[in-house]
Amino acid sequence: MPPAPSLRLTRLRLRDFRSWAALTARFGAGIVVVTGENGAGKTNLLEAISLLGPGRGLRGARAAELARQGDGEGPLPWAAAGRFEGPWGGFDIGTGTPEGGPLARRAFRLDGLPLRGQADLAERVAAVWLTPQMDRLFQDAASDRRRFLDRLVWALEPHHAREVAAYDHAMAQRNRLLAGERREGARADPAWLAALEEAMARHGVAAAAARRGLVARLNAALARGITGAFPAARLELACAVSAALGAAPALAVEEGLRAEWAASRGRDAAAGATLAGPHRADLGFVHLPRELPAALCSTGEQKALLVAVVLAHAALIAEARGFAPLLLLDEVAAHLDAPRREALFAALAALPAQSFLTGTDAALFAPLRGVAEGFRAGGGQLVPDADLPVP
Amino acid sequence: MAQTDDPIEHLVGLLAKLPGLGRRSARRAVLRMLMRPGETMLPLAEALRRAAEAVRPCRVCGNLDAEDPCHVCRDPRRDRSLICVVEGVADLWALERAHAHRGLYHVLGGTLSALGGVGPEDLAVQPLLARVAEGGVEEVILALPATVDGATTAHYLTDRLRPLGVRVTRLAQGVPIGGALDVLDEGTLAAALQARRAV
Ligand SMILES: [Zn+2]
Repeated sequence: MPPAPSLRLTRLRLRDFRSWAALTARFGAGIVVVTGENGAGKTNLLEAISLLGPGRGLRGARAAELARQGDGEGPLPWAAAGRFEGPWGGFDIGTGTPEGGPLARRAFRLDGLPLRGQADLAERVAAVWLTPQMDRLFQDAASDRRRFLDRLVWALEPHHAREVAAYDHAMAQRNRLLAGERREGARADPAWLAALEEAMARHGVAAAAARRGLVARLNAALARGITGAFPAARLELACAVSAALGAAPALAVEEGLRAEWAASRGRDAAAGATLAGPHRADLGFVHLPRELPAALCSTGEQKALLVAVVLAHAALIAEARGFAPLLLLDEVAAHLDAPRREALFAALAALPAQSFLTGTDAALFAPLRGVAEGFRAGGGQLVPDADLPVP
Repeated sequence: MAQTDDPIEHLVGLLAKLPGLGRRSARRAVLRMLMRPGETMLPLAEALRRAAEAVRPCRVCGNLDAEDPCHVCRDPRRDRSLICVVEGVADLWALERAHAHRGLYHVLGGTLSALGGVGPEDLAVQPLLARVAEGGVEEVILALPATVDGATTAHYLTDRLRPLGVRVTRLAQGVPIGGALDVLDEGTLAAALQARRAV
């Protein structure tokens, strides 16, 4: 397969975005490195780039949180704008507080014209990221790993978010009905419960199938060596519904779920929750070179697992959209040992995607001389790094 | 809100509570009316009084009309074997504007929502079952919103109607999720009704 053409961010402009009062930066390389002390605004820079695509960016922030606090003036209207070179030529994306509008709102512009929704954005820009917060994924609850997986699915299948929300909504209704039954002793209307369970089955099976499909595609990409010399990983979806979809058609699985829920109303009423279903899915990670589950991995190996998944995800987006997404890797290099770091750099250089890396220790990026372009962040400025000149 | 003695502010306050009217547009409307009170305000006041006194929910279908049963239910040209179930009167009026349905209606008054505290007894479910049980009805079309709650309600009604031996159909796919019938254009509505399918 020929490599997908890459999407390149060539210029970034910020105004009153988080810690940045004003910034204009030009990027000329396929790999961009930003180093600086903690608090220099490196992550804010990556977040601004992530907001040029659909969604709430790499911190999942609300629009109002993105505003810079002026000196005694309170939060200020903010703006972030990117100039891109893509497979269809150059274009400008802008986002920020709408003109004269409230800080809680966020508007989008494409080539200076207002965009109605984020769907148009998704056709132009895609970004995937890895942040230090994601390291906790292995210790956190299953729900966090499920959300991580759902975000990966959503980037490729936008309707997935709606299926998950519809399932959660129907399940919340069922739980409420069963709770009322327990509290008031009155039997809940069985036809009403059956109608809710039907909705849960329909949306739940659609969500489980999408998760199952994405895990299979990620594993296939990882198995065919998408990460190059970087250690590969395997994902294991722990979900009875997804597993059932491997053995039976979706309609049969829906029917099985409806029967299971109908039979467990008493148990679920006593528990105060729906105990079985696709909302219980968990995602396991296996470090392939040693066939080691994430829980038994070192922190460096866990970081490597996440890097491998993000690289594979970027490859899938490139296949699906026809252009490689931007890769935003926040504080990734420091957690990898030297051989893994070099393998990562080699893998990034081989990808058609443009990647942005941050770190506090500029020396770690020395092997990228001649490949990457470096900047140093500090004091509200971004200046070219003489040690990493434009290749 | 403090009751104001100023008749202008009082009127603006009342109008601003109407759907689609904010305080600004309410003030603009009041100003326009005050320029010619005799031509606009008094006829409006009279029309409001007459409507408030005369309009009642139809005892058969739940439509709002000055006659009870409503003009749809009384119309001899209507196909009485066909009942279209809608969430609210706004949907009934939207279907009427589109001339999309030649049968009768049944206004449910909402959709099932355990979280919102709306159960079958809060909706006109029993009256619907009674209408069908009376006989003469061959098909019930469920024209409910394509939301999770709308789909759940449709499934629930199907379950309750089936033992009565009536054909139950639903609007064709293509009615957007969360889209109330009221906001759909008339062509889309008519097409959705034409392409209804059995459940
Ligand atoms: Zn009527």
